[in-house]
Amino acid sequence: MPGALLETHALSRRFGGLQAVQDASIAVAADSITALIGPNGAGKSTLFNLIAGSLAPDSGRVVFGGRDITGAAPHAVAALGIGRTFQTTRLFAHMTVLENVMVGRHVRSKAGCIAGMLNLPSTWREERRIREHAAATLADLELGGHMHAVAGTLPFGVQRLVEFARALAAEPRLLLLDEPAAGLNLHETAALGRLIERIRSQGITVLVVEHDMSLVMDISERVIVLDQGRVLTAGTPLEVQKNPDVVRIYLGDDHA
Amino acid sequence: MGPRRYIPVLALAALVAAVERAVALGGAGYYLTQLIMAAYYCLVAAGLCLLMGHAGQISLGHAGFFALGGYTSAALTTHNLLAHAAEPWARFLASCGLLAEWQNVYGVKVLSVAPWAAFAAAVALAAAVAFAIGVPIIRLRGHYLAMATLGFGVIIYRIAAGTDALGRSDGIAEVPPFALGAGLAVGGAAALRVFNYYVAWGLVVLGALVIVNLTGSRVGRALASIHGNEAAANALGVDTARCKVQAFVASAVFAAVAGSFLTHYNGSIGPSEASVMKSVRYVAIVAAGGMANLWGVLLTGAALNFLSLRGVFDTYDDAVFGAILIAVMLFAPRGLLGMPQLRALRGFVGRRLHAGRAA
Repeated sequence: MPGALLETHALSRRFGGLQAVQDASIAVAADSITALIGPNGAGKSTLFNLIAGSLAPDSGRVVFGGRDITGAAPHAVAALGIGRTFQTTRLFAHMTVLENVMVGRHVRSKAGCIAGMLNLPSTWREERRIREHAAATLADLELGGHMHAVAGTLPFGVQRLVEFARALAAEPRLLLLDEPAAGLNLHETAALGRLIERIRSQGITVLVVEHDMSLVMDISERVIVLDQGRVLTAGTPLEVQKNPDVVRIYLGDDHA
Repeated sequence: MGPRRYIPVLALAALVAAVERAVALGGAGYYLTQLIMAAYYCLVAAGLCLLMGHAGQISLGHAGFFALGGYTSAALTTHNLLAHAAEPWARFLASCGLLAEWQNVYGVKVLSVAPWAAFAAAVALAAAVAFAIGVPIIRLRGHYLAMATLGFGVIIYRIAAGTDALGRSDGIAEVPPFALGAGLAVGGAAALRVFNYYVAWGLVVLGALVIVNLTGSRVGRALASIHGNEAAANALGVDTARCKVQAFVASAVFAAVAGSFLTHYNGSIGPSEASVMKSVRYVAIVAAGGMANLWGVLLTGAALNFLSLRGVFDTYDDAVFGAILIAVMLFAPRGLLGMPQLRALRGFVGRRLHAGRAA
């Protein structure tokens, strides 16, 4: 696909007797919001983990920005510009919100172990820039008021937003969102949709796994449907909604 | 965290000076000897606090790194090269200032590696060994990491206790003082006791400063994030394996520096310094001090080691540290200073002070 920021070519991964992902080839256009949907167990999270480097594929390739990143370690993938959030929010619970987001600046800063021990002038100047950028990111998401709160003590919805801020602080080119609306109420989900659109408008490509169909149909330009580890179909939200195969896997044969 | 984080470092330095003054005024200068030795053990505990409390990794082999430092210094500074003095390589090393000539207590002339060169070698060796074993084992978690580091400690102990060149069960004695110029030296001479007290505790203050710097830095934050959630840290670009190995090597260097200096101070080192019980003792101190609470670790380390070295625990020394470890795990998993009763007390005192100011 021309203009694709991320492509997977025939990715496969097996867990024992279960073929979690099979020959999955997908493409995510630059500056788009692309959704990855499918019933439970379709292999969405496995595909995410294969892209993010948390899992290595048995076969196939992952190409990001024209570069083969197959099998690269998660930290290396992050350094190349792929950020992610997790299905269950994984904040550093004992650290403050600001510190959480400052970790997000890790790939955009470089002070090493020795420099840190000596706290050289260049080190604390960089530290100040990290802090300022993190604070600005929080302010941008209207989280400034929670800056000094211990992350683990915050309400669930706020924690989810902090995880967004943390991922955005790294200024990724591609953001992988794993079920961001899970556990959010209607109002929060609507706000999340606007946030994702705003993220995209800042030039960040978004690939989102989501169960909330109204959110998916609302924000995404392209929807990829996975079923039993394979790509069933891909297209605009409207095309996918009309696809009889998609209706069948979601609603059962009677409705097709 | 701005400059305020240095206040405890200054407080520690002031406390160190205050204790020395108090001991001098009380005419109890002989306490300094145990306080000096306790300082070096505190330095090991400080490094382990970085590894356990901040990076969240356990080591049951830190006595091994202490011994690695101590034995390297002892072996290099006592191995007499006098017979080779005329050979070109010895003359070359001597011309570089790497060799030192001195007389041992029996009046025998000794030509050996200079203490500072031996110290550099000791630290480099400990760092290299920590790196070499750290890379494969740091991927292990929990019990598995504990067992792997325990295995390392046992190996070092058996090498120390079984190698002729290292004096087997007698260890190495007649280790010369570490001369620092101007007549000053790290050694056991009574006249230099106050100086040695400040060297030992000065190193602890310096170590604390380094740890405070590191934990407030990018790498320190990365370590804390690994402790919090390794997968999330990884996804944010933190090379978790690399960070953990760095923390492991740094804590090993703390132990080796302490081992080298204490060996020069004592003038000897024996295999008991490498024993597993010593490693357990360091872990007990860090646990009792509150893991990531450096100040708690240093206070508990100073107090417990001082009492132990004064012989207060008698022959039950190891049993006492074992019991402390069990008791801390059961009753004060957040360390002695983190116990609910003490926290309540601190909260009460804090509120009183606050009320006093408000009134």
